[in-house]
Amino acid sequence: MNHVSYTPYHPRWHRTRVSTYWWLWRRSYFLFILRELSSLSVAWVVVYVLALVVRVSQGEAAYRAFLDWSSRPSVLALNVLSLAFLVLHAVTWFNLAPQAMVVHFRHRRVPGALIAASNYAGLAAVTAIILALLFVQW
Amino acid sequence: MRNKRPIEPFLWLLFSAGGVMAALFFPALIFLFGVAFPLGWLQPPPYDRLLALVSHPLTRLVLFGVCALSLFHCAHRLRYTLYDGLQIKHLDEVINTVCYGGAIAGTIAGAVVFGLIA
Repeated sequence: MNHVSYTPYHPRWHRTRVSTYWWLWRRSYFLFILRELSSLSVAWVVVYVLALVVRVSQGEAAYRAFLDWSSRPSVLALNVLSLAFLVLHAVTWFNLAPQAMVVHFRHRRVPGALIAASNYAGLAAVTAIILALLFVQW
Repeated sequence: MRNKRPIEPFLWLLFSAGGVMAALFFPALIFLFGVAFPLGWLQPPPYDRLLALVSHPLTRLVLFGVCALSLFHCAHRLRYTLYDGLQIKHLDEVINTVCYGGAIAGTIAGAVVFGLIA
C-alpha cells in the first residue's frame, strides 16, 4: 500500500475520484464488464450440468423431472441469458487468443488469424463430438 | 508484496485453462440442455443412452475437469471484476475467500457427483 504520512514539503497525492459506474458510460467499457460478467454464467452452467448428471444418475423419473424443471419460464430465461453470455465468452476468448499466444513454426510467427481459426475449429470439433455422442446411432 | 505471491501464476494458468474449456464445451451443452430440449426444438436423447454416457468413466473424467477448471476461471475473473468494476480492491481478502473458496467447494461437489471421491 502507498501509505504516505504527511511531511511539510511532501506533495499531496492527487487522485481524481472515479465513479463506481465508470463502465456504464462508454460502449467499450460496458462490453468489457459484460465480458467479465460472463464468468457468472459459466458458474451457472457448471451447476446446471452437475444437476443434470445427478438427476440422470438417480433414475429415469428424476431425468424426466429435470426436463420438466428446465422448461419452467424462469429456468429457461436464465438459460437463454447464459447461452448469450457463453457465446460472448467464447467469441471474445477466441479472438483474444492470438494476443495471448505467440506461436512459432519453422522460425516464423504463426499469424493471429490462424490461431483464432484453430480455436473456432476446436469449438466446432467439440460441438460435433457432443452431438454425435447424444444423437448418432452407431 | 502482493504481486510476488508464488500462487498467482498458477491461478492465471487455471484461469486460462478454464476459459478454454468453458468456451469449447459449454455453448453446445447449454444450448442443448438449457434451450433446445426445453423449447422442443430437438428431441432429448432417450434415458438409457444418456445414462450410459454419463456412467462412462471417460465422460465423467472429462466433465469433471471441464467443470473444475471453469469454476476457477470464474473465480479469478470475478475477483478482478469486483476489484475494478466496483473499485473494492481493499476488500481483497473477503473477495478472494469467497471466489476461490466457492471454486474449491464446487470442485469438491463435482468430485462427489462424478464419483471421484465418496
